[in-house]
Amino acid sequence: MKEEIIIAGFGGQGVLSMGKILAYAGLMDNLEVTWMPSYGPEQRGGTANVTVIVSDEQISSPVLDTYDTAVLLNQQSLDKFENKVKTGGTIIYDPSGIHRAPERTDVKVVVVDAMTAAIEMNNAKTYNMILLGALLKQRGLVSVDAVVKGLKKTLPERHHHLIPLNEQAIKRGMELA
Amino acid sequence: MNSEEIIKNGTIVYQRPRLLDERNTHYCPGCSHGVVHRILAELIDEMGIEDKTVGVAPVGCAVFAYNYIDVDWVEAAHGRAPAVATALSRLNPEDVVFTYQGDGDLAAIGTAETIHAANRGENIVIIFINNAIYGMTGGQMAPTTLLGQKTATTPYGRRADLNGYPVKMSDILATLDGTCYVTRQAVHTPAAVRKAKAAIRKAFENAIAKRGTSVVEIVSTCNSGWKLTPVQSNEWMAKNMFEKYPLGDLKNI
Amino acid sequence: MAEEVKLMKGNEAIAHAAIRYGCDGYFGYPITPQSELLETLEDLMPWESTGMVVLQAESEVAAINMVYGGAASGKAVMTSSSSPGVSLKQEGISYIAAAELPALIVNVMRGGPGLGTIQPSQADYFQATKGGGHGDYHLIVLAPATVQEMADFVGLGFDLAFKYRTPAMILADGIVGQMMEKVVLPEPRARRTDAEIAEQCPWAATGRHGRAHRNVVTSLELEPAKMEVNNIRLQETYSRIAASEVRYKEYHTEDAEYLIVAFGTVARISLKAIEDARAAGIKVGLLRPITLWPFPSERLLELSKQVKGILTVELNAGQMIEDVKLATEFNVPVHHFGRMGGIVPNPGEVYDALVKHFPEAIK
Repeated sequence: MKEEIIIAGFGGQGVLSMGKILAYAGLMDNLEVTWMPSYGPEQRGGTANVTVIVSDEQISSPVLDTYDTAVLLNQQSLDKFENKVKTGGTIIYDPSGIHRAPERTDVKVVVVDAMTAAIEMNNAKTYNMILLGALLKQRGLVSVDAVVKGLKKTLPERHHHLIPLNEQAIKRGMELA
Repeated sequence: MNSEEIIKNGTIVYQRPRLLDERNTHYCPGCSHGVVHRILAELIDEMGIEDKTVGVAPVGCAVFAYNYIDVDWVEAAHGRAPAVATALSRLNPEDVVFTYQGDGDLAAIGTAETIHAANRGENIVIIFINNAIYGMTGGQMAPTTLLGQKTATTPYGRRADLNGYPVKMSDILATLDGTCYVTRQAVHTPAAVRKAKAAIRKAFENAIAKRGTSVVEIVSTCNSGWKLTPVQSNEWMAKNMFEKYPLGDLKNI
Repeated sequence: MAEEVKLMKGNEAIAHAAIRYGCDGYFGYPITPQSELLETLEDLMPWESTGMVVLQAESEVAAINMVYGGAASGKAVMTSSSSPGVSLKQEGISYIAAAELPALIVNVMRGGPGLGTIQPSQADYFQATKGGGHGDYHLIVLAPATVQEMADFVGLGFDLAFKYRTPAMILADGIVGQMMEKVVLPEPRARRTDAEIAEQCPWAATGRHGRAHRNVVTSLELEPAKMEVNNIRLQETYSRIAASEVRYKEYHTEDAEYLIVAFGTVARISLKAIEDARAAGIKVGLLRPITLWPFPSERLLELSKQVKGILTVELNAGQMIEDVKLATEFNVPVHHFGRMGGIVPNPGEVYDALVKHFPEAIK
């Protein structure tokens, strides 16, 4: 198993941390992982993306031409990465920031209205976990248990009380997808 | 007692300090460096700290200070002595670390290192030889050169509009919370030498007690650079330098 | 499991590894893309656990001179920065090399010249391997390609630096600094005691502590005849290093008809391109220099007699290619493919470059 994923959107949408939690979950499931961020001054507002590779074999290049799965959270990211998804791959996108839907017919397109769901959960910060839930539903990759363990590793202790809420958001995402 | 009687009795009233090497220095006759070196060698011996003292030599006339005083030394790049001393002191907190720097080293190229080491309150002693000129490279303008003073690079005298103003580095350092003791001394008379020695002793005591950074500026002569005899240099210094760089404690807490 | 596997960035791995190595002091100044290194150290507060000193200096210039001072007293000290900051450190690096002091310098490269970009680059190859500062000297230059190597090369770098009394550099690119991967950190070991330092570093300026003579650490020698002797001694050290410390890794070279030479993350990108090329029937292998100085010239000369052509892939305008050409004595055509300014090529571009330069490879 090898899954090459791009997660892209605005800085502040939790793109990097979503990738990080996925990578940690991979670690918990004893998989090989790489997490390669776009880095720079674009932490809030600009575009941000992260490439995550989860594999049961050693990973050569952390830099990729094409992806198995793309989670795309704004128009720029969709424009940039839509054509880089492999035939038969998956595009997951949130329609709230997107005015032109994906046009590819040779990939699976999954719409997840994560923004609305997050508002319904009264916590905008659950946004990226809802999307992560959708990704897990579509692609498997790692267990929800591993994600919860990953959350424990990535969140500072003082935020551990938020883990149940994040778990709920992941489950909500799984329902939506 | 006359001198013959003193010699006959073997009474020693003056001798080379034990830690000052028995060799000729490269300093010009009449230069203040020799006196300050002697004070340091005497003090390190008297205070019994030769085993834990590390000196940091500058780039400038005192670059070879390590050839004269019998303690461990590190020769720093130009201006970087306070950074070098910072690490020596932090990594060897029981050591007594001092820098020995001229005006170009401390107040021009090493301004940042000097100010920030002092601002961190490193437990070091900074000996600052201010002779208002670059001696080693042949008498060019220093940051502390007085207005009107002629040097190889201000042949018609330093002009504020062209060269800026002489910088009073000790006054700046005294404003920093990290310094515990900032004083300006000279070594042109026996009385001044005694005062300078007491000041440097206090600075070393501060470093041992970890009170922060101590700065002892020695307003000095450079008879070669100033193109004066040693005696004339002392007179010129007292007449011109002390007005801009008045002697005394700037800070003592 | 016996050893704990962690997930962290390359920059963070270096910080953890430094503490575990028993590093005595870190001195640095923030600059993207390596600031996590100092941040991690400040967060871990090793002064509370191992006694390691961590200091945010006022500049890169001050930081490298702190390293010089710490190294002069026999301590295991290090600094890190990125390209513009490493340029500022060159004065101090030259002094450290000249004074024959051990030290570790980390350069997580970003694109230049000038202020350039904060995105990844390998454009400091010349600076790192040919000297960088003034005078005839070399650094031992280690090029990590994984987060694991970022951690491992801290210990390796310090060990080599102390063995040969010369500064070592970890020359990483921004990708491996910023990327997270699994890493097994080295076993913690105690910092050396003052007695051990006095024994291992009899030259160190620590205060005399009963020593009959004084130790002076200096790079100054005005007598040309003596200064030449100092230079000859340095060159002899470099010869010993070149004879015993060359490190590299080979991939798919046994039957290779073509060879890619690449270091750092770019070697991994090239490896993926090689997998694709092999699937298309092109027998191509990879040589990844781990030590950029000393350079694996001998092995390259051997391989140049086996392959029909060599492609160097670098994040620069073609720097390592000069060493490859010198090593291979023009036995085979050597071409360069590189991206600059912070652009990182993807495996497809490397594959295309291979086919462009060696069209006959596709049968």
